[in-house]
Amino acid sequence: MDNDQRELPKPTPETQHFWDGTRRGELRLQRCKSTGEVYFPPRHFCPSSGSTDIEIIRASGRATLHSYVISHLPAPGFTPPYAIAIAKLEEGPKMMCNIVECEQTPEALILDMPLEVSFEKVNDEITLPQFKPAEK
Amino acid sequence: MKRNSVAIVGASETTELGKIPTMSQVQLHADAALNAIADAGLKLSDIDGVATGGHNAVEIAHYLGIVPKWLDGTSVGGCSFMLLVRHAVAAINEGLCETVLITHGESGRSNLGRHGSSIFPSLFQQQFERPFGVTRPPTMFTIPVLRYMKDFGLSEETLAMVSVVQREWAAKNPRASFKDPIDVNDVLNSKMICYPFRLLMCCLVTDGGGALILTKSDRAKDLKQKPVYIRGSGESCETPMISQMADFTSSAAFRVAGLNAFESAGIDHGDVNHLMIYDAFAHLPIYGLEDLGFVKRGEGGDFISDGNTRPGGRLPMNTNGGGLSYMHSGMYGMYALQEGVRQMRGTAPAQINGAEISMVHGVGGMFSASGNIVLTNVK
Repeated sequence: MDNDQRELPKPTPETQHFWDGTRRGELRLQRCKSTGEVYFPPRHFCPSSGSTDIEIIRASGRATLHSYVISHLPAPGFTPPYAIAIAKLEEGPKMMCNIVECEQTPEALILDMPLEVSFEKVNDEITLPQFKPAEK
Repeated sequence: MKRNSVAIVGASETTELGKIPTMSQVQLHADAALNAIADAGLKLSDIDGVATGGHNAVEIAHYLGIVPKWLDGTSVGGCSFMLLVRHAVAAINEGLCETVLITHGESGRSNLGRHGSSIFPSLFQQQFERPFGVTRPPTMFTIPVLRYMKDFGLSEETLAMVSVVQREWAAKNPRASFKDPIDVNDVLNSKMICYPFRLLMCCLVTDGGGALILTKSDRAKDLKQKPVYIRGSGESCETPMISQMADFTSSAAFRVAGLNAFESAGIDHGDVNHLMIYDAFAHLPIYGLEDLGFVKRGEGGDFISDGNTRPGGRLPMNTNGGGLSYMHSGMYGMYALQEGVRQMRGTAPAQINGAEISMVHGVGGMFSASGNIVLTNVK
C-alpha cells in the first residue's frame, strides 16, 4: 500500500483519545459506568443511556471476521483487489478495517475466523488499527 | 397522517433518461418539474411549496422563478423523495401551502453542474471508514452481504436471480436502459466489482430526473389526471456508517419506515398489489421483502428466485426494471415513486391490471435512511 495516498483520519475532540491510543499500541473503547455497555465510535456520553458517566477502556484486541468485500475498484493508496472488512470485537462493537498479513481471497478470508488487532503506523500522528488472522 | 387526504396530481420524469449531455443538473430538475406541471394541467405560478433532495432547494426554487411559502430540503440519499412526499402531506394538511412541487435531477453519468455530495458527509466515516479504502457505494453497500449469506444460506446464484428477474420487467419497458434478457450465468460471469458483487448486481449510473405535484385530494378531482392518493407513509434512519449497522442481516430503518407505512395506511401485506423496493444493489430487494414483513427472515432470496415477483407472479415488484436495469441516477427513489404513480394511474408499460395499492420503499445512503409511501387509486 502507498500510505501517502490514503485518506487519513482527522481526529476531533471526541475521538482524540482513540487515536492517541492507537499511537501507543492500545485499542481504546468507551464504557458506560451505569449500564456497563461498551460502545464505538467515541463520544462523550453513552448512546444507550445518555449518561456522561463513562470511562475509557483498553480493548483486548481480539475479534472475529464479521463480514467483508474484496474491492476490485481503484482507490487512492490501495492496490486492488483488497478486502474491506468488519471486525467484531470481543467487547461487542464492530470496526471497519483491512485484513493484513493475509491473502485477499475468499478462500483465505473465512467468516467468523479469529482476528487480532495489528497497529499500522502511518505517520507520527496517525496509527491505524488493522486486524490480522489470530495466531493459533 | 390523514389517510388519502393528499393526492399526487402531476408526475413526470425528465423528457430523456440515460445519457443527457445537453442538461446540467439544475436543468434536469426543471425539465422534470415543467413536465409534471404540464401533466397536472397547472401553471408554475400555482406552485407555492418546493421540495428537493440532493440539490440546494433554494437554487431549484429560484431557477423555476418560484418564491414559495413552504420549503423542504431533506437530503438523506435516494429515499429523500419518499420523506419529502411524507413531509409535503403534513405541510398541506397543516395549511402551510396548497400545491407542492417535489423535484429530482441528477447528472449522475455526465456529471454536469453536479457539485458536492447528495448525502451529507459523515464525520465518523471520515475517521473510521475512509482510511480503509471505502470509496463509492459498491465498496460500502455490499459489505453486510457475506454475513447474510452465511447466516441464511443465501447462494450467489440466488442473489444473481434478483438481477435476472428485474431484467424481465425491464424488457417490457421501452425507456429501460437495459432490456436484453440475462441469466444467472451472465450475472455471475460479469465483471467482478466488489466480491461477491458482479457488475450486473450493481445499479446503472445514468442522468435523469423526475417531479411530483401534490395537493389536497378534494382539489384533485378538478385537475387533469386521475388522482393518486397518499394512503400511508413512514420514514426512519439508522447510521451514516455501514460498519455501524446494528444487524448486518436487517435494516432498522427499513423496519421502522415499513411498519409506520403499513399502520398509517391501515393495510396488511395481502392488500399490496404492487411493490417497489429500491434496488441499488441486488441484495436490497431481499432485505426489503424481509424487513417490510412480506416474507420471513432468510426467505427473501428464494421468494424472488421462485418467481413470486417476476411478471405474472403474485407480488409484482420493481416493474419498471429497477435501478438494476431501468435507470439509476444516484438517488433512485424518485423513479420508484414515478412507477408507483404510473401503476396507480393504469399507465405503466408493464401495467398490473386492477392494482389498487402500491407500496414504494426507498433507501438512502448505505442502509442509512429509509422512506416508504403507500399509494392508492381508490379513496
